[in-house]
Amino acid sequence: MSGNLSPMTNEGLQVRSMRARKAVDVAIKSIASVAALLGIVVLFWILYVVIRKGAAAINWDFFTKMPAPPGVSGGGLASALVGTLWMTLIASAIGIPLGMLAGSFLAEFGTRSRFGNAVRFATNVMMGVPSIIVGLFIYALIVVPSKQFSGWAGSLALAILMLPVVARTTEDMLTMVPDSLRESALALGATRTRVTYSVVFRAAKSGIITGILLAMSRVAGETAPLLFTALNSPYWPESLSGPTSNLTVTIFNYAMSPYDDWQRLAWGASLVITMTVLLLSVTARVFAYERKR
Amino acid sequence: MKRSAESTLAGGVGPLDPQRTMDNEKRETPRLDERSVEVLDHPTKSKPVAEPKISVRGVNFFYGKNQALFDNTMDVPEKKVVAIIGPSGCGKSTHLRCYNRIYRMYRDQRADGEIIIDGKNILSPFIDLIELRRKVGMIFQKPTPFPMTIFDNVAYGLRLHYKLSKSELSGRIERALQQAALWDEVKDKLNKPGMALSGGQQQRLCIARAVAVEPEVLLMDEPTSAIDPIATSKIEELIEELKSSFTIVIVTHNMQQAARISDRTAFFYQGTIVEYDDTQRIFTNPANKQTEDYITGRFG
Repeated sequence: MSGNLSPMTNEGLQVRSMRARKAVDVAIKSIASVAALLGIVVLFWILYVVIRKGAAAINWDFFTKMPAPPGVSGGGLASALVGTLWMTLIASAIGIPLGMLAGSFLAEFGTRSRFGNAVRFATNVMMGVPSIIVGLFIYALIVVPSKQFSGWAGSLALAILMLPVVARTTEDMLTMVPDSLRESALALGATRTRVTYSVVFRAAKSGIITGILLAMSRVAGETAPLLFTALNSPYWPESLSGPTSNLTVTIFNYAMSPYDDWQRLAWGASLVITMTVLLLSVTARVFAYERKR
Repeated sequence: MKRSAESTLAGGVGPLDPQRTMDNEKRETPRLDERSVEVLDHPTKSKPVAEPKISVRGVNFFYGKNQALFDNTMDVPEKKVVAIIGPSGCGKSTHLRCYNRIYRMYRDQRADGEIIIDGKNILSPFIDLIELRRKVGMIFQKPTPFPMTIFDNVAYGLRLHYKLSKSELSGRIERALQQAALWDEVKDKLNKPGMALSGGQQQRLCIARAVAVEPEVLLMDEPTSAIDPIATSKIEELIEELKSSFTIVIVTHNMQQAARISDRTAFFYQGTIVEYDDTQRIFTNPANKQTEDYITGRFG
């Protein structure tokens, strides 16, 4: 049939096996599906283990009591919860506005400038810097000169980790806003700054909120940058100017301790962090979904 | 500045500025194309030789190193509709985008030559772009409602330029929406997002937003190309009405539209103005062979 239509004859041409091609297709598809399944399985496995081991530690005392000394049963992680909360909030207060401003510079003001390209490159590099290096950096910059571990240093390390993430998401989300919207606002006589905050940011709002929530959930679970900065403390974080108790380093210490009670608390803390991160991610998804509508 | 304040008080559809009419009578230097207008004009419509609202003189435009407009020269008469037609990529939109210098948003775009609006060369670097854009509004190809309520959309430009009390603001918004023939459709849902409207309504919302600041010139860049025929005819009727208050320059790829709504038509080809004349003449008896070929559909 096709011989009639085609000016070329297929005689003498070796036909490639249809079966082999289909086999490769099926094989790749199944390997990809298995890989996807593995990813999901691991996530649920982690959730299962953390919930099973952690649920036993979660009770009213866990949230309200101070850590008990080794050998003394009971006690909670109220101080670590509060310490982590404060440091995450302060890190956000520094990292989010700076990141958003940097991101709007990249997307709106310095888009194709040489400086803008340099900043964009630096931001990408910063995203790839291991978090423990950021911890060491703040250790050398603040902890050593002040001769003091502190919650402020910890917050700053977390803020530095947030900065590139927020900047890049902001840039990406602003870049997705079509230029026609900017032109319309400019054509009414608005300045570029006004256009950016009153129209472009508004159009990109849910995407940016998603990015911010993800950045917060990421730093809330960081341990390495706190090891050399906030350290940890068994005491109530009255101020952030000394070593400050926090959940992640507590998990690190308690999980390695020989005491059953402490190990139990470490699992409880893991559960709290996992759930917080999960909650933030789900909230982020909700905002992302809203954007699509 | 003073004039704009007055027209604001008078409510947009203000009376003719007496000073201006006197100026026009004094001026006795008709340019070549204006003279041809008089000769060829419909006998019942006697047209005084008016000073053009916009004079374009020798404008060249560049996208980086690529020149897109070559020595464009034309006059836009006040309170008339001028249509710009031509095949895709001929520079129609580029030309229009010079009038409010919106191209300045992009780093590598620049124009030289002169565009004189009310005696000022707006291509001069000393021109205040905010004031220019208050005076020269623009409607784009795709409707671009801002992500806010219908009310706030129309209020956007007003809030930029004027300090208004709440009741003044509402009054102006109502009038702008009425001017854009949208009031009856949205008066009960001013607090709904602008995006919730249909495409044609969104475009009229954009028109309302532009006329709310009471500009003197309205630029329209293919305003009906993204909306359906019924909405298109509504907008064409609207343009007919807006003509009494604004000088309108409209880019269109639709020749019938140009013939229906415009007083003068410019035919662009490859960045040059091939022919610019009365619309009637362009469509019935064009002087140029290229124009004729284009309007009879032989190319483009």
